[in-house]
Amino acid sequence: MAARAVGKPLPHDSAHLHVSGTAAYTDDLPEPRDLLHVAVGMSTVAHARVRNVDLSAVRAAKGVVDVCTAADIPGENNYGSIVKDDPLLADGLVQYVGQPLFAVAAESVEAARKAALLATVDYEELEAILDPLTAVKKQSFVLPSETLVRGDPDAALAAAPHRLRRRIAHGGQDQFYLEGHIAMALPQEDGGILVYSSTQHPDEVQGIVAHATQRQAKDIVVICRRMGGAFGGKESQAALIGCLAAIVADKTGRPCKLRLDRDDDMIMTGKRHDFVIDYDVGFDDDGRIAGIDFEFAARCGMSADLSGPVNDRAMFHCDNAYFLENVRILSHRCKTNTVSSTAFRGFGGPQGMFAIESVIDDIARTLGKDPLSVRRANFYGKKERNVTHYQQVIEDNVIDDIFDQLLASSDYEQRRKEIRAFNAGSKVLKRGIAITPVKFGISFTSTLLNQAGALVHLYKDGTVLLNHGGTEMGQGLYVKVAQVVADELGITMDRVLTTAADTSKVPNASATAASSGSDMNGKAAQKAAAKIRKRITEFAAREYGVSEAEIDFRDNVAHIADRIMDFPELVRLAWANRVSLSATGYYRTPKINYDRTTFSGRPFYYYAYGAAVTEVVVDTLTGENRVLRTDILHDCGDSLNPAIDLGQVEGGYVQGVGWLTSEELWWNDKGELGTHAPSTYKIPTCSDLAPDFRVAFLQNANREKSIYRSKAVGEPPLMLGLSAFFALRDAIADGDRPLPDLHAPATPEAILRGMRIAADE
Amino acid sequence: MSMNTIRFVLNGNIVETEVADPTRTVLQFLRDDLRMTGTKEGCAEGDCGACTVVVVEVDRRGGGVELKTINSCIQFLPTLDGKELLTVEGLHGKDGGLHPVQQAMVDQHGSQCGFCTPGFVMSLYALYRTNPDPSRQEIDDALAGNLCRCTGYRPIIAAARSMYDASDDWDAQQHLDVLHEVQRQGDLELEVGRRRFFAPRGVAAFAALYAKHPDATILAGGTDIGLWVTKQHRELETVIYTGRVEELLELHTADSHLEIGGAVSIAAAAAAIVEQYPGLDELFRRFASPPIRNAGTLGGNVANGSPIGDSMPALMVLGASLVLRRGEKEREVGLDDFYHDYQVNDLQPGEFVARIRVPRARAGVRVASHKWSKRFDQDISAVCTAYSLELDGDTVARFRMACGGMAATVRHAERCEAAVNGAHWSEATIDRACAALAEDFTPISDMRASADIRLVAVQNLLRRFWLESRGEVDETVYTYGR
Repeated sequence: MAARAVGKPLPHDSAHLHVSGTAAYTDDLPEPRDLLHVAVGMSTVAHARVRNVDLSAVRAAKGVVDVCTAADIPGENNYGSIVKDDPLLADGLVQYVGQPLFAVAAESVEAARKAALLATVDYEELEAILDPLTAVKKQSFVLPSETLVRGDPDAALAAAPHRLRRRIAHGGQDQFYLEGHIAMALPQEDGGILVYSSTQHPDEVQGIVAHATQRQAKDIVVICRRMGGAFGGKESQAALIGCLAAIVADKTGRPCKLRLDRDDDMIMTGKRHDFVIDYDVGFDDDGRIAGIDFEFAARCGMSADLSGPVNDRAMFHCDNAYFLENVRILSHRCKTNTVSSTAFRGFGGPQGMFAIESVIDDIARTLGKDPLSVRRANFYGKKERNVTHYQQVIEDNVIDDIFDQLLASSDYEQRRKEIRAFNAGSKVLKRGIAITPVKFGISFTSTLLNQAGALVHLYKDGTVLLNHGGTEMGQGLYVKVAQVVADELGITMDRVLTTAADTSKVPNASATAASSGSDMNGKAAQKAAAKIRKRITEFAAREYGVSEAEIDFRDNVAHIADRIMDFPELVRLAWANRVSLSATGYYRTPKINYDRTTFSGRPFYYYAYGAAVTEVVVDTLTGENRVLRTDILHDCGDSLNPAIDLGQVEGGYVQGVGWLTSEELWWNDKGELGTHAPSTYKIPTCSDLAPDFRVAFLQNANREKSIYRSKAVGEPPLMLGLSAFFALRDAIADGDRPLPDLHAPATPEAILRGMRIAADE
Repeated sequence: MSMNTIRFVLNGNIVETEVADPTRTVLQFLRDDLRMTGTKEGCAEGDCGACTVVVVEVDRRGGGVELKTINSCIQFLPTLDGKELLTVEGLHGKDGGLHPVQQAMVDQHGSQCGFCTPGFVMSLYALYRTNPDPSRQEIDDALAGNLCRCTGYRPIIAAARSMYDASDDWDAQQHLDVLHEVQRQGDLELEVGRRRFFAPRGVAAFAALYAKHPDATILAGGTDIGLWVTKQHRELETVIYTGRVEELLELHTADSHLEIGGAVSIAAAAAAIVEQYPGLDELFRRFASPPIRNAGTLGGNVANGSPIGDSMPALMVLGASLVLRRGEKEREVGLDDFYHDYQVNDLQPGEFVARIRVPRARAGVRVASHKWSKRFDQDISAVCTAYSLELDGDTVARFRMACGGMAATVRHAERCEAAVNGAHWSEATIDRACAALAEDFTPISDMRASADIRLVAVQNLLRRFWLESRGEVDETVYTYGR
């Protein structure tokens, strides 16, 4: 069949609804009669035994109907998906400021939120660990530290002509989805509970609600039509919100909605892990790394949550695009009395890449070289130097090609010279430029998660209702998968409708995460559609006495040898002849296998690549800075939808730049987060976008048999933002300050501090 | 019509509604009462723009209509009385389909998750209506109060450029007619149980009401008071709204100064001030966001007296004064003498800021301001400085510098001023002035900046002003390459 929808830059399937305000998010759904609104009472201390919670004033408050504490949870008081260390409601011990203590249900949102502030809690305060380094010192970990070694790093370090040891750090990042966490739970007949949840993982919400309410999975239905952004923040965290709504609904017998206020959302739910990175690197005169020893200390917060796989991915990505022949990585998963860190676009990848790119930049500045040459000296080879430190052979390396093309199209060399000349003559403003690569492994590192299901119904009028386990958070998954199904059945896009992710339609679905949404759900949906297509084709062959090879469906028309007939007509005929027009599809990612105990194998089906050149200007008096120009070349394989993929690349890059420049999480010495609203937490705005912003795609079909040879594009572009950070370093590194002590985010303060420390040295 | 009924126009239709809660926000009214869910809540503090709507009013000067974006999440419903509210549900194209702004957003792939989109559409709509050919900077400025986490903004900028390809069927007269229909002649008084909301039309009535209810909350743009309700869940008993008081909305240019009514919006006040002092253009462009500047008032910013309020450093170096009124009595106080301590000012019970007097520009005086924060747009200053400088040859005839973010109130850098006044305008003087700044201020550390770097920043900003005055630096990172 010919690809007619696939590959086209079609708009997001909900674009016309978004712009007219008619796309319904969870809070926009019609509210059932008797709906109660839930608010959460939170811990005000970072670490304490709870001696007593006096809720009398909460219960007595106007409009309050009921209050739930840990004692009211019928089943398991936990929403930790891997390790069971995440209580839904604190039970005798609080471990961070903002930890949920109780849920109050009232007749209005305002009444519930007001009442939630009225509890009197008697705390016996315990020592709080508020940063990863203290945690390492005290051996406070949520999970055991892990070590990955390849080669003989000690010998390589000892023998290397140059050696550099440094400590670098980067901050965390709030997802800042525009739609905060929300869920609405509705009691159903015979003990069932229906939960509308803004979640990337309906299956997990279903399972955890079932455990918490002592139900079975069959009794719980979780539905999510769309999220107003998620970025990983609604992968594990949504279960907390869904469960609290369900528990209160179960107890009161009334529908309950829990919509977190923005500040509470930012205080209560997890963010990207911040890392402190110590490295010891040995290298030669060209900057080629002989051996490297990394020690990562990650803030995991008070529980394990997804910190295991996040930190594993950081370990897998601290090579980025570079061959590390002799390497040791020691990864600490630090337990701190702060909110549990969680998934965020990149999922450890950005942290790992930040580490190695910092090393490369430092080596270059130590040797007085353009970091570009050090990058190239260390790139993976295509035939040799092509095995990762976790033993995966890289078969699809295109990073040299990307660099060649991007260096030329961005005019890098010429601009770098021009920037040097400008800086020599400019007293206050300094410019900088950097090119950084991205190589990002595609697949969940946990092999079992790499499976997906879909359900396709073909109706008698030739239209299709499509459902799959993937959730729509803005990334355009629904339109991409619909394009695949439309082409598989030879119908036009207007005849395909994708409905809400729904655990009662497609069971046991993995989270829409790890950039895997289109790869896996696209394949599963294609298989479902192919089954139906085959049945109709077989029917038509029988009916008209032609071979199946003579039958084709395109543009809503069936071509049956010389006969042409409207596809709906054929479908109706097939139905009348009792052909099943509904099918499920199932897909498991091939080739992957990986042994977590040895950190070796092939965790990734393939890699997605990209590179960015960013030029910045910095005010050396104020530390203020701006991106002047961005050039990106990114590998989406054969794109399913270039418009959607472009949006992912552009948005991911800007989000990455935000992480490394203006987005700062700030906790005080009591463990209170000071930056818990957009007034204090600053994501990029419109004017932060470079006035000159150029994005192109690499022409590069996926060598693996992914859906239409496309490549995953959700996470990789975020790490293109690293180029902005290293351009800032380039701008402030000069003769007197070859190695600026710049940590991320590079706020004006961080830049001033970095320049002062370097100057004082 | 019951006494507690307000009237306004919603997307062309007159709405009469009984107010049960005088501090119910416009957003709550739309979403919860009318179930018009197109407008979104992202933060409930006026900082993300998901709730952006457009208010149409009779233009006080021209008699036409005036369109402004506001944040519906922190605007109280009774403030809409006599105005028109446009929401995303009210937009449509000539054929009844999508409006050109909406269509451009679809065509340019300007939405991903779509949650911020209605807010962007309304900001773009206001731009479409008010500026036929915006530059990139004007687009950025118009969208400064709208956060998008998905797109990175490039396609939204593209939509802002291509939306003019189609026209709509806007008819200003139609809006004017219906606005006239809902104009209230007298004062608005709402009384719900113990709670009252007054919106008088004349300053005498306003003054009398406040004298009678000195514990009342004076509501202007509500850009701070809105948060008392949405975030602190405070129940305000008596509220007196400045937004309908004729005299407080006046702005005129006298021979020696600008006379800015206490309820004049920051947007309108900024335009008049920047006309006098072009050096303050960037400060006011960076002052919050368009919806906040449209709703918020200069009088409110000054009376609120936050140590990080952005207007006060500039007003102080300009020698602004306040005309305060209580009952029938007025008095004038210099802004320099207005702030006593953290959130303590010179206002007596029942007294309010009636007018702000800003001296007009004089030749030979250089006035500038620097705002230092993590982000260019819509950020709260970590440090905000302002300077005025008058030279007599190489000697400083008069130098003034005031800082926000460095102490419990915005105030002058007195030792620094003393070090500069009468001295040579030279690097040596600036070195001494920088040392004096360290004696002037003992800043604190918080989420916006650390104490030590705040001091470094304020010293470097002064150095920057010196370099700028000598023409050694003429660009900032915000102008360079743009």
